[in-house]
Amino acid sequence: MSMRHQITAGFMPLFDSAVLVAASELGFAAREGIELTLHRETSWANIRDRIAIGHFDLAHMLGPMPLACNLGLTPLASETIVPFSLGLGGNCVTISNAVWAGMAAHGAEPDLDPARAGAALRAFIRDRAVAGREPLRFAVVHPHSGHNYELRYWLAACGIDPGRALEIVIVPPPFMADALATGRIDGYCVGEPWNSAAVAAGTGHIVTVKAQIWRNSPEKVIGVRKAWADENPEALSALLRALHHSARWCQDPANHAELAVVMAQPGFLGLPPAVQMPILTGHLQLGGGAERDIDDFFLPFDKAANFPWKSHALWLYTQMVRWGHVAHTPDNLAIARDCYRPDLYRSALKPLGVALPGANAKVEGALKVATAVGATGAGLVLGPDGFFDGQIFDPDEIEGYIARQKSAGAET
Amino acid sequence: MVRSSLAVLVIDENRIRASIIEAGLREAGHQLVTVIHDVTGIARRIAEIEPDVIVIDLENPNRDMLENMFQLSRAVKRPIAMFVDRSDQASIEAAVDAGVSAYVVDGLRQERVKPILDMAVSRFNAFSRMARELEEARSELESRKVIDRAKGILMKSRGLSEEAAYTLLRKTAMNQNRRISDIAQSLVTAAGLLGPAEDE
Repeated sequence: MSMRHQITAGFMPLFDSAVLVAASELGFAAREGIELTLHRETSWANIRDRIAIGHFDLAHMLGPMPLACNLGLTPLASETIVPFSLGLGGNCVTISNAVWAGMAAHGAEPDLDPARAGAALRAFIRDRAVAGREPLRFAVVHPHSGHNYELRYWLAACGIDPGRALEIVIVPPPFMADALATGRIDGYCVGEPWNSAAVAAGTGHIVTVKAQIWRNSPEKVIGVRKAWADENPEALSALLRALHHSARWCQDPANHAELAVVMAQPGFLGLPPAVQMPILTGHLQLGGGAERDIDDFFLPFDKAANFPWKSHALWLYTQMVRWGHVAHTPDNLAIARDCYRPDLYRSALKPLGVALPGANAKVEGALKVATAVGATGAGLVLGPDGFFDGQIFDPDEIEGYIARQKSAGAET
Repeated sequence: MVRSSLAVLVIDENRIRASIIEAGLREAGHQLVTVIHDVTGIARRIAEIEPDVIVIDLENPNRDMLENMFQLSRAVKRPIAMFVDRSDQASIEAAVDAGVSAYVVDGLRQERVKPILDMAVSRFNAFSRMARELEEARSELESRKVIDRAKGILMKSRGLSEEAAYTLLRKTAMNQNRRISDIAQSLVTAAGLLGPAEDE
């Protein structure tokens, strides 16, 4: 059967590429007339370069990465848009046994509570400073990543200045657990399975999770070269429909065992299926025999997980401003506002009669409980979406939000 | 500050490829070449070497870490940009195709850096070609071995001559639109399942 559309996409061997991988491997792309060719990459920089020179039409990307490209923060960037999100949540903060012992002495419990864990970490960091010891070193996967921004958000909200009280370095995900075991880093924020890997090795403890720092928060996205999207609107629409069907399939617990087997193939994750069950079930071993079931740990489809909310992009923008990655100007704000494209998502999926949110942005942190929202099509449930510190991000009040975080930072 | 010779740092986990590039750069008159295979402690090394040009293979998963380091003024004294000139799309494409990337100190003139990048690209391509030829030779040898074993099985079990055994393999391959080595492999596998040491 000859396909109407040829699409080439890049991905990193991380579990949250699952919706893209399943679209290719389980026939969702073929059913939309797409010949989807996937290329596994070894760094986000490679993905950015190969999008820029046209090797890839689109790719699995870190949520802030297309913003960083469009804001001119990276070399060789090309204008990139986001018509689809690959899921919500999925990350954890993991620390070494030594740091856990220090935190436990200050009241940390294996319950993933971000506030309690943060208070204990703050007290432990203070002890170390008094004793004249070096600052702790934490790792994230990329400066322009959800990991970096949620780790910093958590630390800052707990009164820990991530720029001064500790050092944040970059380590590729597969090397995280090793770097922790050998003492080159003291903790990290990364997606699964690289947290459970350290717990299984007995060298780390999971202290909190993305789903509790900011519940139902954005993670990876589909980044599309804008020039390609402009020239191939039909191919893009077909792909978004394929991804929609794939995401729905990935969310269904009845398919989790099969999905784990697909992702386990050497060309994708190349890790045993069992290693992928924690992210699929939300049941995590935390270290030291403790375990927890985490609500909404990783959502590939539910809670409008695939909708590219402008408020998600704008929150990421405020954090880029907060940590000095970009200057807050009207032009930059406009670039951030235009990067995520819910209009493309809507126009592709509307013919399917699926549930679509009524707005393109929402007040983040406003839903304290799961809420059915007035959406077109079938029923749609959103939230809860709270930040652990009770803060609200209203995308219409962005100036105030940036100013508040700036003054809060100045006090510590 | 004007330097007569540019300091080049090559970061490549593949030692053979790294030494091929190093040799090429030295032949071209670049004496200040440093090769690093392992990125542990690389910030300190970069501070010591103060490279004008950094060449790195695209397979290296530490590229994100390195780029972040280049952007932090604490780690490197001089700002480092990517490639010679962003407008030189052709040379960027050639580099990515070859599997190599380069970072240069900001402000360095294009004509000074381009020969280095071109050298790296051509050596990367030569290395890939070599690796591919080696792999082809290896798989050629493997298929010849498996075809010989399949012939042996046919000669013994069907009482065929060597020539007739090969003809049968070839005919089957043609009929099924598969390669002779694939048919031979299937036969060897099946023989192994049906009876131990049948081809011995």
